[in-house]
Amino acid sequence: MGDWYYWHREHRGTLLAIFAFVVMFAIYSFNHPVGLNANVATTAANKGVLLALVAMAQTVVVITSGIDLSVGAVLVLANCLASRIVLGDTISTGMGVVGVLLVGCLCGALNGLIVVYGRLQPIVTTIATGAVFYGIALALRPVPGGDVNAQLAEALTGKLWLDIPASLVLLVAIIGLVWMPYRRSVIGRATYAVGSSESAAYMSGVPIKAAKFTAYTLSGLLSAMAGLFVTFVTYSGEASAANGSTYTLYSIASVVLGGVSLFGGAGSAVGAVFGALMFRTIGDLMFVFNLEPLWQPLFQGLILLAAISLGAVRLFQVRNRLELYD
Amino acid sequence: MSLFTMRGVSKRYGGARALQDATLSMEGGRIHAVLGENGAGKSTLIKIMSGVVQADAGEMILDGQPVRFRDPAAANRAGVVCVFQELSLIPHLSVADNISISNPPTHFGIIDRKTQRAMAEQALARAGSEDIHPLALVKDLSLSRRQMVEIAKALGRNPRILILDEATSALTASDVANIYGVLKRLRSEGMGLLYISHRMHEIAELADDCTIFCNGRNVASYKAGTKTDNEVVELMIGREYSSAFPPKSPPRSSTEPPLLEVRKLCWTNRLRDISMQGRAGEVVGLGGLDGQGQREFLLALFGVLRGTSGQILIDGAPVNIDSPGVAKSPRIGMALIPEDRKTEGLMLPMTVAENLTFAAMDRVSHFGVVNRRAEQAEIDRIMRLLAVKSAGTGVPVNSLSGGNQQKVVIGKWLMIAPRIILLNDPTRGIDVGTKQEIYQLLRDLATAGAVIVLYSTDYDELVGCCDRVLVLYDGAVKSELVGSQITEHALIASALNMDDKPASNGSAKTAFAEIED
Repeated sequence: MGDWYYWHREHRGTLLAIFAFVVMFAIYSFNHPVGLNANVATTAANKGVLLALVAMAQTVVVITSGIDLSVGAVLVLANCLASRIVLGDTISTGMGVVGVLLVGCLCGALNGLIVVYGRLQPIVTTIATGAVFYGIALALRPVPGGDVNAQLAEALTGKLWLDIPASLVLLVAIIGLVWMPYRRSVIGRATYAVGSSESAAYMSGVPIKAAKFTAYTLSGLLSAMAGLFVTFVTYSGEASAANGSTYTLYSIASVVLGGVSLFGGAGSAVGAVFGALMFRTIGDLMFVFNLEPLWQPLFQGLILLAAISLGAVRLFQVRNRLELYD
Repeated sequence: MSLFTMRGVSKRYGGARALQDATLSMEGGRIHAVLGENGAGKSTLIKIMSGVVQADAGEMILDGQPVRFRDPAAANRAGVVCVFQELSLIPHLSVADNISISNPPTHFGIIDRKTQRAMAEQALARAGSEDIHPLALVKDLSLSRRQMVEIAKALGRNPRILILDEATSALTASDVANIYGVLKRLRSEGMGLLYISHRMHEIAELADDCTIFCNGRNVASYKAGTKTDNEVVELMIGREYSSAFPPKSPPRSSTEPPLLEVRKLCWTNRLRDISMQGRAGEVVGLGGLDGQGQREFLLALFGVLRGTSGQILIDGAPVNIDSPGVAKSPRIGMALIPEDRKTEGLMLPMTVAENLTFAAMDRVSHFGVVNRRAEQAEIDRIMRLLAVKSAGTGVPVNSLSGGNQQKVVIGKWLMIAPRIILLNDPTRGIDVGTKQEIYQLLRDLATAGAVIVLYSTDYDELVGCCDRVLVLYDGAVKSELVGSQITEHALIASALNMDDKPASNGSAKTAFAEIED
């Protein structure tokens, strides 16, 4: 068997997610009343990219076989902070962006420190820190409001040449400049190793602590990017608990749809990005088929169930019941 | 000057003394075997050598320089590399990723996959396993192949001292033959090898020097071949080595239908028309080379496999066993001691008491409520019967030694008072003393009216324990040996699918040598 076979074996989840998204998006655009014009594409892209960034944030932590329930809260915190400091001339706007991203890193680093050195379970740690982050967001922005540098916001949420949505280019750039180097770095591989078998990783002299710490910090950074992007889309900040929880839960759904194993060690942020885009497209499909928006959560839930069930099809072929529990 | 010396090394875990004033001296270009029962201190010794744990006292000298390893990475850098018994591979990463996991070739911080692959191919070649694809995911490989990758990974670090801890226990016969050649070549290249094994014939084949550990101390060091097996075993167990196997009971002839009968059992292409009979009081062995369907046969009996055909009869009446739950029901009374006690036999972090009662919950409870007193009485009975060495029944089972863990697995199934007991290589990696206790227990259970089906990779064990042996080859019964027909010679000849009786003076060893060439 050739190299391509093993390549396919390793990236099966991601390839499946890409394929499913392409199919769904094709159905969507063929049935759209006005067809796929630039404005429709841009709006869809902006919504999709938002969730895609949070899904990437969730992925890096899930690969270590952890979970980050504070991604939504970091997003909200970044949004509230951005609505205060990403303003003014070029320099102060630039400083503001850096400041927001830095705060995201700090939030993630705090999670990492507690999980790695406090040896606490990721699930309880991130529930607690998430509440703290949300509390800070509320203090920064008790009532919705604020503003953001409109030029920057328009540039990043608008269209580029050939009507390509700027947000998509941004997403591709983040994948290329953050995810790809990370995945191929020593620390990125260590992240996979830790998630796949922590004891084996230790025995092999893999930097376990650094890998986990980096994963949580990166998760904070990506969540802050998403929060920044929310600000560019809404031109304001809002400390909304509902938004935070929704993004957290959707990020986990996207990760699963994207073929990332919740047990850790397998999957890719690219898969999760397509999982997120898929999840968004479900909502848009409702729209083109004139279904009541009220039904949206129900259908999203059903599609999620169906997707997970697909992953379980192989169980019917299992002849040795012990393999069911692997 | 010796390559590596260890002097006065001691290590305590809590109150338990694992290693006491241990001394070891290794030369380059020689294979040094370390022998001892489980709990004799071998594992602690190699953990200290490879930096997994630190010694409380004593010194280690490598090339005349005192050394101290803070972690496995430090030991690796100094040239001491261990192939662990518990696999240290990352299942979701590729073979190449795994081989260079601790020190991948990088280019501006990014892993250089081309170089990595070349390194992997070279390491695999050095381990004699060029047939393993470097891009294959480790989780898709068989246990034996994974162990070969493990060895390749160790060689990829260019060790000066290579430690092999039970490295062959998971290997198939062809990989074992392969690895012997590799180890001998490494020796000739001047590497120092520390070899830990429970298999005497491997030590006879490979070792130049031997050191025996008993109760945390090194009790003897000698040149290989200067002591008989019997002397070695006596030193290991620190007591007289009497006949390891209990006497067999004379075969009974009976007109009753056999307790367990299997007719033409088939499953996919792995089991073909297997038929057997087991009468109460009999120990029936399953022999043959590893991986010829023995495990699948036991799993099929126990209701784990889907889509089997053929018939299973209990007391002459056909039964349909489609889950372990049915198999263990009082009507059938079947128990399976699984191959891998750590994953299939035990819930490691839970207590000894909890592990013992899992399978027998229905026997000590009423309407779903556990009768604590009845449960405790049962636990006490089993702990006494098996003489489990444990600091009470409330400690986690993973704090016990391997042999005692295996006793807990067996005890768990004795709780349901089984009539049919299936065992899948129950003595693998277990010390001699515990082995003897298990042999005696099996015979006692048979005498009390149970039928025992024992799969073992150890031919001596089949010869010593069994009244009848079915030798499997490629999923089918190759031959059935009864009573005095069960000899190591006959077992090996059938296992290798030799049709005719081999030359009468051909010993077991030569039979093996032929297949290896």
